[in-house]
Amino acid sequence: MLEKALMGGKRYWSWLILLLAMMSVGFRFYLLQLNQGLTITGMSRDVSWGLYIAQFTFLVGVAASAVMVVLPYYLHNVKAFGQITIFGEFLAVSSVIMCLLFVIVDLGKPMRLLNMLLYPTPNSILFWDVIVLSGYLLLNIVIGWNVLEAERKAVSPPDWVKPLVYVSIPWAVSIHTVTAFIYSGLPGRDYWLTALMAARFLASAFACGPALLILLLLIIKTLSKFDPGREAIQKLAQIVTYAMVISLFFVGLEFFTAFYSQVPGHMHSLAYLFAGLDGHGKLIPFMWAFAFLAIGALILLLNPRTRQQESTLKVACGAVFASLWLEKGLGLVVAGFIPNAFGEVAEYLPTAPEILIALGIWATGALILTVLYKVAVSVKEEVA
Amino acid sequence: MSKMDRRSFLRFGGLCVLGLGVLSGAEVLAEKQLKAAPASPALVGKKWAMVIDMKKCWEAGKGECRDCILACHRAHNVPDIANPKEEVKWIWTEPYEEVFLDQKQEYTAEGIQGKPFLVLCNHCDNPPCARVCPTKATFKREDGIVMMDYHRCIGCRFCMAACPFGARSFNFRDPRPLLPKLNPDFPTREMGVVEKCNFCAERLEAGALPLCVEACRQGALVFGDLEDGNSEVRTILRSRFTMRRRPELGTGPNVYYAI
Ligand code: SF4
Ligand code: SF4
Repeated sequence: MLEKALMGGKRYWSWLILLLAMMSVGFRFYLLQLNQGLTITGMSRDVSWGLYIAQFTFLVGVAASAVMVVLPYYLHNVKAFGQITIFGEFLAVSSVIMCLLFVIVDLGKPMRLLNMLLYPTPNSILFWDVIVLSGYLLLNIVIGWNVLEAERKAVSPPDWVKPLVYVSIPWAVSIHTVTAFIYSGLPGRDYWLTALMAARFLASAFACGPALLILLLLIIKTLSKFDPGREAIQKLAQIVTYAMVISLFFVGLEFFTAFYSQVPGHMHSLAYLFAGLDGHGKLIPFMWAFAFLAIGALILLLNPRTRQQESTLKVACGAVFASLWLEKGLGLVVAGFIPNAFGEVAEYLPTAPEILIALGIWATGALILTVLYKVAVSVKEEVA
Repeated sequence: MSKMDRRSFLRFGGLCVLGLGVLSGAEVLAEKQLKAAPASPALVGKKWAMVIDMKKCWEAGKGECRDCILACHRAHNVPDIANPKEEVKWIWTEPYEEVFLDQKQEYTAEGIQGKPFLVLCNHCDNPPCARVCPTKATFKREDGIVMMDYHRCIGCRFCMAACPFGARSFNFRDPRPLLPKLNPDFPTREMGVVEKCNFCAERLEAGALPLCVEACRQGALVFGDLEDGNSEVRTILRSRFTMRRRPELGTGPNVYYAI
């Protein structure tokens, strides 16, 4: 089936070349980082995780969100999703690969990566995260590929695929839960130390993942003969709407606990993000952008007319994705380190090399996604 | 498993792989037994701890003295990095109000207002840094010391997120060119690993007290075994009011401040 990825038009190839170019720029700067160390990033003794780990966290969510098409189809027999589960699964594949790459570029000693497996440490959440992510990657590759192959041959997928699908559902929830545990189990990081973290992560994942999927499906629709169907898109839009409402509700809960209790440790990080702390506030514009985008998206999604119209739905999905990226792919990780153990504010913004390395990884993910989607779409066009 | 054990084990494994086989392995083991046989001078304890009497420090040093810090950083090959973002430090000072954040108030006694307090790794009873480490590069020894294996650390910095005391430093760049003077008796670190105070495990093994304790001419730092009722640390803890940093977090810090 893979040969289908080699048969594309001019637009397809130029897109791939663009991605390859971004990847090579990223790789070039990664070599610089290998040579000079993480000093080329904006991270510091105080804010010791930054853009990389934040991207990792965000993308685990995107990966987990595949469950939002798989679960309705397999457990509730939502037929409309029959045609698109494969796109959810392949999105998960490329996201998990990006996650693993982001973990690797964040390491100070990447060549020792295998130490995690050579000295397995069950009490470390990071160890479990790598395990569940690898498992999830495998599950989605195997399931996606076999289902697609079967579709091509117009037979039903082998019997052993079904149990794997059922396993993949709780597994998807587990990857984001474990990722939340990385944060929510640390003493002294008040912003992260909340039992709500895993629930918040899942809610925001189930909003931004399907939002991205809608956008991708609409792009596919204009570029190919495959039509995901209006019903599938609308069902996804409903999922995005619910998840976005819950997500923002959860953010509101955090605000209430912090500011009604008036416990300084709980207020500081939020205050830093939205209003600044001790005269430091580099993230304020980003966080207000999050707030406005999120509210704007919500208005467009809650109103049935704008949700049902493709043009406004696109805007809403873009806003959901961008706002949650700002919240989780930037603010959440950085603010956990602010203020530091001595009550001081040390700020963080990513540097240009750091951003280029991150873009390189996003391009890698996009390349994998493009190739996988190309194969899937070709099969669907062939069968249709 | 202590660091020595692990090292010899690795060496053993390495030699076997090289095909030198069982013979060399036996040699390594024999060498180890020989070392262990004569009454070793090592200081042994069940729960090492430190009590710091900051008053003694200020009275003599007028807040200017940096003897303990310099001695530690020189001996342990801690690089001199001016950029506060990338600083590596094992023992240093911070003002009272920042060390005891929860005690911060407007009307602090003049005697301690803004005064520098020494901070270092607390060698916690229940160290979150060791709990989160995915490679066991940070581990707690039987004697309470929270140790690091710089050869195993992958530089994920999970431990830095987990330590609520800011006790850990990361080597953002190669530290070797930034050493004021190399001490050949202690390993240097590579770029990309985390490091922190080790309670001078290497000196305890040779029967000496931690270097900061020895370097302080005022005897402001006292080191000893908490499980030994007659130890000096226990004597001070019995008679003086002491504080620890953020005890409410349950990590069980083993550095005490006598006020
Ligand atoms: S002070 Fe920090 S680094 Fe030291 S043992 Fe406690 S948690 Fe670990
Ligand atoms: S940075 Fe090193 S010591 Fe710290 S958690 Fe990671 S592997 Fe362990």
